Amino acid sequence: MRKVRLTSIMVMALISLSTMSCKDTNKENNNDNHEHSEINQDKMDASNSAMNSNIQNSVEQKVLTNYIALKDALANDDNANAKELGVTLAQSLKSFDSSGFSSNEKLELIDIIEDATEHAEHIGYSDIAHQREHFKILSKDIIDMVAITGTKMKVYEHYCPMYDNKNGGAWLSMNEEIRNPYYGNKMLKCGEVKREIN
Amino acid sequence: MKLVKIISWITLIIFAVIQFFPVNYNQSETIPQTDFMIVNKVPATVYKTLHVSCYDCHSNNTSYPWYNKLQPVAWYLEKHIDNGKKDLNFSVWGDYSDRRKKSKINSIMNQIESGEMPIYSYTVIHRNAIISKSDKEAVIKYMTSLKDSL
Repeated sequence: MRKVRLTSIMVMALISLSTMSCKDTNKENNNDNHEHSEINQDKMDASNSAMNSNIQNSVEQKVLTNYIALKDALANDDNANAKELGVTLAQSLKSFDSSGFSSNEKLELIDIIEDATEHAEHIGYSDIAHQREHFKILSKDIIDMVAITGTKMKVYEHYCPMYDNKNGGAWLSMNEEIRNPYYGNKMLKCGEVKREIN
Repeated sequence: MKLVKIISWITLIIFAVIQFFPVNYNQSETIPQTDFMIVNKVPATVYKTLHVSCYDCHSNNTSYPWYNKLQPVAWYLEKHIDNGKKDLNFSVWGDYSDRRKKSKINSIMNQIESGEMPIYSYTVIHRNAIISKSDKEAVIKYMTSLKDSL
């Protein structure tokens, strides 16, 4: 009996050793529901791409909403919340379907979504400095995505010239007021409104 | 005493048995046309730094010391290399879109500048993979120019 127990302990130890890895932190955290609201139906024309189906439209809205929520978490210096939102954003990006777009737009969208998903996933398990590094590139992706898909929400493009050794960093926001996601409390008001979208 | 003996035997047997578990070794005979070094004109110092410090986990060709082919080390490495290649694989550089390339270059610069890459668990064995200050600067400078050219 004792021998059996010992063997199983050894086996367990070896198994746990061999499955160790530096990043197993992809927590399944799916609180997305995939219901699509019908509120958007009447406003179809507002979108840049008239070919979009209504379902697709709400996936784009979801991506944008999740992105903005992530931006707020970073502006609040909330590492844990940003992790969760990174995972959520990655999931909404994965449900993005670019089939309704012209072939050029489609290629670019696939590229954008792939890149953005990777950055969102990294944000899902990184410390806050890393999250912000990824957020900078993620923001570029999302801004480029919105340029193709359009948006029914009114959004602002903000820009902080100081971030990343003065290379600068942009982000999207629903409000005109600056709340800097790259510095948070340290320099919450640093930045300027670049433009209004829609 | 008897217990110690039993434990040692069991350990030895398990160790022997797991040697027969297959592992996909990350090795290839040829350098693909999509390799970072073929796609780009890389200066000799940067070439050497990337090869010595990055390619073991970020390309399709790892140079394994003999002990790295022993289990369970090989399992541990396989996982590490899989993760490394998922984030960045220099062997397929040519297949990345410009957006992806820029994105990867950003991460390369951040990781090398902050000293997070190459990771400690690697440099603790591969002492020569530690990137010197001047080599770091050369890589950053090269990557910056490469990014601007895209």
